[in-house]
Amino acid sequence: MSRRGLLRGAAVGAGALTLPALLTACGDGPGGDKKTVTVGSNSSDAVPKKAFAAAFTAYEKKSGKKVDVNTTDHNEFQTNITRYLQGTPDDVFMWFAGYRMQYFAEKGLLTDVDDVWKGFKGFSQALKDQSTHDGKQYFVPYYYYPWAVFHRKSLFDKKGYEQPKNWDDFIALAKQMHKDGTPVAFCDKDGWPAMGTFDYINMRLNGYDFHKGLMAGTEAWTDTKVKKVFDLWRELMPYYQKGALGRTWEEAAQGLQKRQTGMAVFGMPHPGQQFPENERADIDFFAFPEIDPQYGQDAVEAPIDGFLIAKKAKNVDAGKALLKYLGTPGAEDIYLAGDPNNVAVNDGADTSKYTPLQKKSAELVSGAKQISQFMDRDTRPDFAQTVMIKALQDFIGNPNDVDGLVNRIERQKKEIFSSAVS
Amino acid sequence: MRSVALNTARRAGRRRSRRFTRRDLVVLVVLLGIPVLLDIVIIWGPTLASIGLSFTSWDGIGDIHWVGGKNYQNLVDNYPPFWPAVRHNLLWLAFLGLIATPFGLLLAVVIDRGVRFSRFYQSTLYMPVVLSLAVVGFMAQLVLGTDQGVVNTVLNNHENPIDWLGDSDINIWMMMLAASWRHTGYVMILYLAGLKSVDPTLKEAAAIDGANARQTFFRVVFPTLRPVNVIVGVITVIESLRAFDIVYAVNKGRNGLELLSVLITDNVIGEASRIGFGSAIAVVLLTVSLGFIVTFLVQELRGARDR
Repeated sequence: MSRRGLLRGAAVGAGALTLPALLTACGDGPGGDKKTVTVGSNSSDAVPKKAFAAAFTAYEKKSGKKVDVNTTDHNEFQTNITRYLQGTPDDVFMWFAGYRMQYFAEKGLLTDVDDVWKGFKGFSQALKDQSTHDGKQYFVPYYYYPWAVFHRKSLFDKKGYEQPKNWDDFIALAKQMHKDGTPVAFCDKDGWPAMGTFDYINMRLNGYDFHKGLMAGTEAWTDTKVKKVFDLWRELMPYYQKGALGRTWEEAAQGLQKRQTGMAVFGMPHPGQQFPENERADIDFFAFPEIDPQYGQDAVEAPIDGFLIAKKAKNVDAGKALLKYLGTPGAEDIYLAGDPNNVAVNDGADTSKYTPLQKKSAELVSGAKQISQFMDRDTRPDFAQTVMIKALQDFIGNPNDVDGLVNRIERQKKEIFSSAVS
Repeated sequence: MRSVALNTARRAGRRRSRRFTRRDLVVLVVLLGIPVLLDIVIIWGPTLASIGLSFTSWDGIGDIHWVGGKNYQNLVDNYPPFWPAVRHNLLWLAFLGLIATPFGLLLAVVIDRGVRFSRFYQSTLYMPVVLSLAVVGFMAQLVLGTDQGVVNTVLNNHENPIDWLGDSDINIWMMMLAASWRHTGYVMILYLAGLKSVDPTLKEAAAIDGANARQTFFRVVFPTLRPVNVIVGVITVIESLRAFDIVYAVNKGRNGLELLSVLITDNVIGEASRIGFGSAIAVVLLTVSLGFIVTFLVQELRGARDR
């Protein structure tokens, strides 16, 4: 073959590859495949990936359509989300409820799904609120997982520990654990696990509304209320295991599993995924203890994961049809059969097969007066990512300079929140 | 005087080759035009765009707002990780330049002398060079992890483990050591190649003149290595300015491992999308790099003139 022939061949080949892509880009052109719905998935961990696959297979059987799942590494998906939504997103994608969703809705990157919501049954008002922006729904919740203080039941039985109800008991327990050689597990190498503790102390001390305001940028970080949160946190610090900033959440959860530590503030999947299956019955938790009786244990931190449709999605109808299915209790049951580390959002979901831990989680959340979504889901992503991760790590590294810390946060917060969202 | 002579010579040369045929012109335009175009599109374009964007506020989706120098002011006054990042970048450069690179030279000299098993050492020391720095980072975590790392297991200090990666006073040194593990081998192989090409008669002549080993090396061999020194110098600067993968692999470049490149990534890529602010950091890094590039070019040109 001559070089010229090769070039010509390559040109024709490239045309053959791009032409259909161009045609599909024209929307419902001849290349648009109505029988296939694509899903952008961020669940790259083995357990949830398999469980999601089961749910999509069930949909394929039921509808006769094909579900094409594009899985991306969890963190990478998060990192690329802005570009993903502006590029060529899948018909349906996985994401989080709350501010993280509202932020993109505000920027006009999401397709609203009110019509799908009209057919839904079994979702509480709190769930609807978390799925709504400006009066329209953009999000179909699928499951949630509460944050609490997790521990091994057997260790508590053996040592005679009791689940504390209030802050003083909690500190006393932590102190005892530290003395017994099984300190409180703590990790923040990943930058986010410590946010759970901050959120809980803040909500117990200052209430959910203050948490909301603080995250929305309307409350000042230099407020004495915030300083008090850090002061209380510092009381707990001596009883933590050492070296939190060099430890990932996986390592911390494994320490809990190996009985090297006594308890940890975690989300449910964190210990769940690190305990071997035959030891999962030994996991137990208690709600984060009360600090101010005025607020009690009203608020529960329970991030909700679910599905959305991007504004630029090609096959919106097929996407909505899939969402309609995913909003049914049956679809959640299929998922949870494969991943017992989460809890269904729909009241109609089958709870008879729940593990005791799932049952307890469902009770915890249904008894909550307010549901928060975790710091990095309740505030602007630019603030959480560039300011709060470092701020909390700084605090863990040097817990004594609270005044300097909150001043630095407040100055950066003002700067970031002064730039408009849209 | 010399420059005048040079100029006339050059002008004469130009006059002689002015008669291009049409075909020559086409070839010239294609062969020069494409690289220049690519250079503009993929190098100068983004560079200028970064400089431009650094004076704006943009979230990557909505409108671009002009904010003037606010990003820079904010960076210096109001962004706690900035100064540590600058310090770490300079520290990294100093560490590679003053410790890792000379150490590579030392290894090259020792191996060039032909110590026993020198082939074996040569291959072993060169081996890490094939690894990406990110992989070195993952390996460093296996070795230095707090609870499950090899070093802490060997030290058997379970009660009070040393937090090699989490303690912000230690971790940067550990990362520079890990990066040097690779860098040393790289430098060594370059110097080995250079040393092999040193004319042995030079050494003989030095020996006849009565120079000892040290004198022979510093007065005779090392100066002949000048071209290699330049390359190694450039590589050292490049390696230290782009040290990103290893700290990002370990803890996303946070908590003691801040580098300018990490701050750029944190702000520009990801959900944060503070593109204007991130660009301002990029411009700072560009300025730092330009400082080295200009110094290097000036040195080189001066050297070329002296020769």
